[in-house]
Amino acid sequence: MLIFEKSRPGRGCSMLPACDVEETRLPQEDQRQKALHLPEIAEGDLSRHYSELARKSHGVNDGFYPLGSCTMKYNPKINEAAAALPGFTGIHPLQPEHTVQGCLEVLDKAEKYLCAITGMDRMVFQPAAGAHGEFTGLLLIRAYHESRGDTRRTKILVPDSAHGTNPASAVMAGYKVVSVPSDADGCVDLEKLKEAADEETAGIMLTNPNTLGIFEKHILEITEIIHECGGLCYYDGANLNAVMGTVRPGDMGFDVVHLNLHKTFSTPHGGGGPGSGPVGCKELLAEFLPSVLVEKDEHYYMKKPEHSIGEMKSFYGNFLVVVRALSYLMTLGKEGIPEAGRNAVLNANYMMNGLKDIFPAAYGKSCMHEFVISLADLKKKTGISAMDIAKGLLDNGIHPPTMYFPLIVDEALMIEPTETESRETLDEALEVFHNLYRQALEYPDQLHRAPVTTPVTRLDEVEAARHPVLRWHFDE
Amino acid sequence: MEIREELKYVKSHEWVKEEDGVAVIGLTDYAQSELGDLVFVNLPEEGDEVKVGEAFGDVESVKAVSDVYSPVSGVVCEINERLLDEPEYINEAPYDAWFIKVKDITEKEELLSGAEYEAFVESEKE
Repeated sequence: MLIFEKSRPGRGCSMLPACDVEETRLPQEDQRQKALHLPEIAEGDLSRHYSELARKSHGVNDGFYPLGSCTMKYNPKINEAAAALPGFTGIHPLQPEHTVQGCLEVLDKAEKYLCAITGMDRMVFQPAAGAHGEFTGLLLIRAYHESRGDTRRTKILVPDSAHGTNPASAVMAGYKVVSVPSDADGCVDLEKLKEAADEETAGIMLTNPNTLGIFEKHILEITEIIHECGGLCYYDGANLNAVMGTVRPGDMGFDVVHLNLHKTFSTPHGGGGPGSGPVGCKELLAEFLPSVLVEKDEHYYMKKPEHSIGEMKSFYGNFLVVVRALSYLMTLGKEGIPEAGRNAVLNANYMMNGLKDIFPAAYGKSCMHEFVISLADLKKKTGISAMDIAKGLLDNGIHPPTMYFPLIVDEALMIEPTETESRETLDEALEVFHNLYRQALEYPDQLHRAPVTTPVTRLDEVEAARHPVLRWHFDE
Repeated sequence: MEIREELKYVKSHEWVKEEDGVAVIGLTDYAQSELGDLVFVNLPEEGDEVKVGEAFGDVESVKAVSDVYSPVSGVVCEINERLLDEPEYINEAPYDAWFIKVKDITEKEELLSGAEYEAFVESEKE
């Protein structure tokens, strides 16, 4: 039930005293004709409404959440404590610099630490999500080529295993996408890459480890091929969790990166975050960065980059998310960050190994922070699809892995346990997978009906996509 | 899997019918069954140019978005607007649910006969 359905005229929860100063009104022509449709509800009912919604959802606080490529790690409560400090919550973005020195120090520190982890020279925090960061990075690449009068470059190369957002961002930035096939190992096919890279190539977009959870062994060769033809290399930070503190994208040859603070750096991800997709770059692109750079002489101050591409979002992005990420970075420190990455890899390999007899990985004998299994054989044998297994997991209190992605694997499930799960949780999850496998062989009909224990059972996704109901209609 | 002998096919799973210098293009029955229930279709506009082997539109299922490729180069002279409101028509009648008609054809991909396309699909399934 929506909160609007619970609304009753005259109810509310504000207990403000009557206004004791003269009211100022907008000029007549600027006033609303009709009152806003705000729900009228008592505080107790309001509390229950949101508690009920929380019960119906599944977050990292509710159970295992191995959603591949999303790095649904636990969000430490100390981050929340830091972000709730009044010095951070009670500020205004237009305040004079000398009154927000602490906040500028947060941006400066976060920039320095994240540059140290990525091997970049500068970073800004304005983009609000991963794809927003990709778009920003591509605009930087575009600005770079244009500044040199190099206008022939119209193509962005993207591997066929890439996140769907990569080609979408490239098109948004005005580029033509050229898809580069994977080889038998699930890595970029070097010969095909050489064929595709030419004087029209503006750059390449890559994740490493890639979407199959495999580290691109030939990464130095890949970035060299692109640089030799005059293009730039973009690192999608979606999978940084596997290598943070161990290998730096800057050392792999990348010129520009985005990070997902809501994945790798433990800020809230589900429920809309809000996210944060900072963009870092090598010196050669820094003059084009959006937003402002924080500098320091005696005090911190802000400076607009000389040939900035402009603004990607208002002010400084989702600032309190940066506070949370900085809290995480400072809690883990120089030793803790690579250790978290190594444990993420260990946990993924533990699960991959525990599943190999029933659901073998589509590529590779070992993996980085995630792996992709194919249920094509199971589907052929039993009619049980990746979708059915995903729904069966819901009945066991586990959030399903990413489904039907990457597209180069049939009946794909992409599993990323993250480092913050205990061995017991992984063992329980493995047992659930094994039980579902047996169920698929013995009682496939049961699995076709799953989930049965959730607030809603199997939804008609086709009808929802064809005829989406996107808004509540009020009785006028 | 239904394959119609009177149509020509390409390996990216589109069918083509030529009528008086105009190519009618759609998605094969095999393609629609592999994609599953389609929920959204993007088509070009009349007057747009299409090129051999390049995407002219896309179809979206609950699982994924897939490009639809043109087997010919030419100019779009008609689009099937019914598909925009009723993408399920492609699932129901793939050989009636044409996507676009192309005129002024300058180039054609190597087209397969029904039997050749069937053999190709069988070899892809392996």
